[in-house]
Amino acid sequence: MEYYLISAAKAAILMGGLLLTLLYLQWIERKVIAHVQVRIGPSRVGPHGLLQPVADSLKLLLKEDLVPPHANKFLYLLAPFLAVTLSLLSFAVIPFGPEIEVLGVRTRMQLADLDIAVLFVLAVSSLTVYAVVLAGWSSNSKYPLLGGLRSAAQMISYELPLALAVAAPLLLANSLNLREIVERQDGFYLGLLPRWNLLRLPAPQLLGFLLFGVAMFAETNRIPFDLPEAENELVAGFHAEYSAMKFAAFFMAEYANMITVSAMATLLFLGGWLPPLPARYGADLLPPLAAAGTGALALYHGLHPARPRDRRTLPAAAAAFFALALLLLLPPLRPLLLPPFWFLAKVGLLLWVFMWVRGTLPRFRYDQLMRFAWGFLFPAAVLNLLATGLLVALF
Amino acid sequence: MDGLLFLIFAAIAVVSGLNVVLQRQPIASALSLVAVMGSLAMLYLLLGAQFIAAVQVIVYAGAVMVLFVMVIMLLNAGRERPAGASLMASTLGLPLLAGLAGALGYVIFLAFPDPQPVRFGQFREGGAAQVGYALFTRYLLPFELTSVLVLIAILGAVVLAWREVRK
Repeated sequence: MEYYLISAAKAAILMGGLLLTLLYLQWIERKVIAHVQVRIGPSRVGPHGLLQPVADSLKLLLKEDLVPPHANKFLYLLAPFLAVTLSLLSFAVIPFGPEIEVLGVRTRMQLADLDIAVLFVLAVSSLTVYAVVLAGWSSNSKYPLLGGLRSAAQMISYELPLALAVAAPLLLANSLNLREIVERQDGFYLGLLPRWNLLRLPAPQLLGFLLFGVAMFAETNRIPFDLPEAENELVAGFHAEYSAMKFAAFFMAEYANMITVSAMATLLFLGGWLPPLPARYGADLLPPLAAAGTGALALYHGLHPARPRDRRTLPAAAAAFFALALLLLLPPLRPLLLPPFWFLAKVGLLLWVFMWVRGTLPRFRYDQLMRFAWGFLFPAAVLNLLATGLLVALF
Repeated sequence: MDGLLFLIFAAIAVVSGLNVVLQRQPIASALSLVAVMGSLAMLYLLLGAQFIAAVQVIVYAGAVMVLFVMVIMLLNAGRERPAGASLMASTLGLPLLAGLAGALGYVIFLAFPDPQPVRFGQFREGGAAQVGYALFTRYLLPFELTSVLVLIAILGAVVLAWREVRK
């Protein structure tokens, strides 16, 4: 009984945090891209446009719910449902931190500790292609169909290098359990360099991480691999006939998939919730310092006479960051907050790379995309796996 | 609990299996087959074979059936028209089917006279390590022979496709 209660509480916390992140990730992305392009981005609804996501969701909720007359109704409605369900399912096995004790209850910062967690994530992500393909086909319209076909071909092609890039760190960790994979990356070389799979002897996975990074852009249909929804050729690709909340469902699924692949990259290559520095070099002080530094920066800009509009909002943000820094310094809260902080910081960094790349790179041509997958990425991933296997077997 | 889960997923498997044959729309048949694969994976999981369950979803639902669905979409296959059933099929079909099912049931009953229900969590030898160990020790020869067989099939497909390209 207790187990069910704890699981329900953890699921509620996870879902709440996840939905809030999904809501605001899009605001962050718009802001980041705007600053890459020397614009301001959303700034009208609320301070710094902070209520923009709420306004957008209200608009999508209140919009008329259309179903095109020639669509296959059952599959047309099934596709967005599948997209959201599958994209949220992977979070069940992702560990956010080690075992912790809250109010006398010992529990893991993870919903389900599966022995085949890596395979579970791969299986769920291999099913997401159905949502895209079915959306394209059931709309019964030419642009969605072309987008769906492109997407199916692309996702199948890039799944192979992705799976091969995942297999190499698994050889180093000797496990398919995500928690064990992270626990085996604990420790430091020469007392300084973390033993993450990225730098792990005998086979540092630098190439593997790069290959995974490229393939994860393609798997999530993001620029420069967003051929399935190339606006100038296909209007919007597979979701061109969708509106209101059904469109929002695809949007949500794309962002959830981005978080999933970033979390997988963090767990497999970047040591999950483990800190990048040994504790004696002040790894535990870094998070409160970062929060306090952000607060100081916000306070400086808020009090600057050249920014009269931010006189109230930025100091408020600064106060929040100072409070966070204090929380991170409190000894009883530290084992609770620091591991998720490192995990979320690494995931956030990778998500920021997604946005940075979107702001800077143009789209591939379709033949370039396919040639790149089969001509370079796949052989490189095979070579990386073979070399890793050889080195692990020899040493 | 185990029995209930078994009944639910067995029922989904059987109903979807029938749906594969009964549906006129090729894409609906293909999706029903995906449902069959998914519920079979759940049944494997109930038996304690985690690894097989995950691989079942990755290989069949995630790779093979995606290719099926893609080909159906590419060919834009429409509704199937029912072919006029022959006299023999319409008269002898059902009795023959019942006879086959009865014979199969009898053979299975003879082979396993005292079946025991498997309880969830009872069998723990289905992880990746155990399956890998079995594949590379006891079943090494059949495993390698199967991979050679698959290689031959791929080569055959390439040769056939190449001949068409040459023409």
